[in-house]
Amino acid sequence: MRAMPKFMTISGLMVMGFLYVPVIVLIGFSFNASAVGLAWGGFSLQWYEKLLTDPSIIDAMMNSLIIAVVSTVCSLLFGLGAAIGLEQWRDGDSSWVSTLILLPLVIPEILMGVALLMIFVMVQAPLGFGSIIIGHMVFNLPLTVVILRARLRKFDPAWEEAARDLGATSWDVLTNITLPMLRPAIVGAALLSFTVSLDDFVVTFFVAGPGSTTLPLKVFSMIKTGITPEVNALSAIMVMISMACVGLSWLFQQQANSSLRKKDSRS
Amino acid sequence: MSPIVELKDVVKTHGQVVAVDKVSLSIGTGEFFFILGPSGSGKSTLLRLIAGLETLDSGTIAIQQHVVNSDPPHTRPVNMVFQQYALFPHMTVFDNIAFGLKMRQQEKNDIQEAVERMAVLVRLEGKMERFPTELSGGEQQRVALARALVNRPVVLLLDEPLAALDQQLRQEMQAELKRVQQEVNATFICVTHQQDEALMLSDRIGVMHGGKILQVGTPKEIYDQPLSSTVAKFIGLSNTVLGTIIRMENDVCWVKPDHFPVLMARCPADLHHGQAMVMIRPEHVHISIDEPTHTYENSLPAVVHHVGFHGHEVFYQCRLGNESLWTVRVPIRESHATALTVGQTLYLQWAAHHSFALSH
Repeated sequence: MRAMPKFMTISGLMVMGFLYVPVIVLIGFSFNASAVGLAWGGFSLQWYEKLLTDPSIIDAMMNSLIIAVVSTVCSLLFGLGAAIGLEQWRDGDSSWVSTLILLPLVIPEILMGVALLMIFVMVQAPLGFGSIIIGHMVFNLPLTVVILRARLRKFDPAWEEAARDLGATSWDVLTNITLPMLRPAIVGAALLSFTVSLDDFVVTFFVAGPGSTTLPLKVFSMIKTGITPEVNALSAIMVMISMACVGLSWLFQQQANSSLRKKDSRS
Repeated sequence: MSPIVELKDVVKTHGQVVAVDKVSLSIGTGEFFFILGPSGSGKSTLLRLIAGLETLDSGTIAIQQHVVNSDPPHTRPVNMVFQQYALFPHMTVFDNIAFGLKMRQQEKNDIQEAVERMAVLVRLEGKMERFPTELSGGEQQRVALARALVNRPVVLLLDEPLAALDQQLRQEMQAELKRVQQEVNATFICVTHQQDEALMLSDRIGVMHGGKILQVGTPKEIYDQPLSSTVAKFIGLSNTVLGTIIRMENDVCWVKPDHFPVLMARCPADLHHGQAMVMIRPEHVHISIDEPTHTYENSLPAVVHHVGFHGHEVFYQCRLGNESLWTVRVPIRESHATALTVGQTLYLQWAAHHSFALSH
């Protein structure tokens, strides 16, 4: 009987290894002093130094940041409206709307990229920051709506009634009750959207224009000439930013759930 | 005294269901008024209509002689204590209580002062910085009460305020509610399905059933002179026997049950000839083992069916022929004299003025 848990432990470790060993190896080699492939030449930060002095990489970083921030903010604004609207609609049959909103998350990204490019060409929109931001919103919006709605489900309609009874107008209810209650979900959704946007390659690849090269596109163009330690360092930075964002997002939602847990267990 | 809340022919339907059916009520200043009814009787809907959380289909609701039919809740001079309290989970006790004053843009110092006064009133001093989830059920109830009362409402509405508490806390909070109501001297309208709560705390009770108010009166009136069998059955225990009215004279009538001698009972003014239900409260029934004495006008033979020991009282359940089971309550002091056993035959006796006949 004890063999089973042991087997589970081992397979669990193997899965974790499968997921994380490549990333760890990559981060390790980003500190490799040797310029050639897999030979270890001692610890060095020279590749990071080189990265941060390369203007084209700094440009790509800035582009990525701007695009991630703007698409996140826009997704939040539209997502908030959509989530609150859909939840108020809860009594009616809104299941098909919910499904439609989630669909972009499961459509193959390459199809989404091609489709977006076709649209932009059709309406003769210039390719660049605008098109990338819109492209990223296609997956950031559903993500935001899902997270916000999960939180709104725990929203007791009596809170709103109590607030109105105590003299709050609809606007007061939104700013004093709804938004503060949603705050952990808003932060969580923002961090997640930001990360996904920062990491996106496929959609960006299709809808990017001249002068709007993002970090993933830059990495892709760099490895065309072989994997250099520089690429390792750049990838390591991206991995760490992403992990930090996802970790924070997870923390915020944990905290949000624990603040409601007592209430749940009672009702 | 002029009424502070006046309802006239108020109707509210939820889809096909008529939740409130032509209800007219008038509630006086400073009254502790209870709306008592089983769940689904429309009592909560009635309260929400007064609060403005639902809009009525027809009729009028006036608060302080001012018709408020279509006024939104935040403009009405009433506040509500919600059934599950509906405290804002992301705010401290202080911020919860201060919410109404903040919405009305009061001065910060005034808010501080008013909230502290409320904390003293509901005995929550020292808990102001806690969050609702860190409070016990009774404390949450007090916060809900303070949060509503701090706005000095003309009328305080309470929706099953004690339903979420366990038995012991409920008794404690009943006394608290009464004390607070007397201290702030405001009009309280409270909805409940607990008859003991209504009988203990209220100045007047409106008994609601199927969307209609069946009877309004003081607890004593409702208990002693129910106008219909529905009211009588809902409040307190009652023993009943069905019969035909054979004579009516002023406020007394004679009813003949099928297999028993004629009974004498009080009869309400609106009673009409035909079938009637004679009702009698358990505490007014006396037990006689021998032949009926002539102290009481009414007497029925019965057989002891079950003896229940309740500490201070003994409950005897007696079967009347093939008819209903009656409950008789005998204080433990007197029960020794009539130590009864199951299967024993006896006579149940009572005075005519303690029983009443109701249309059936």
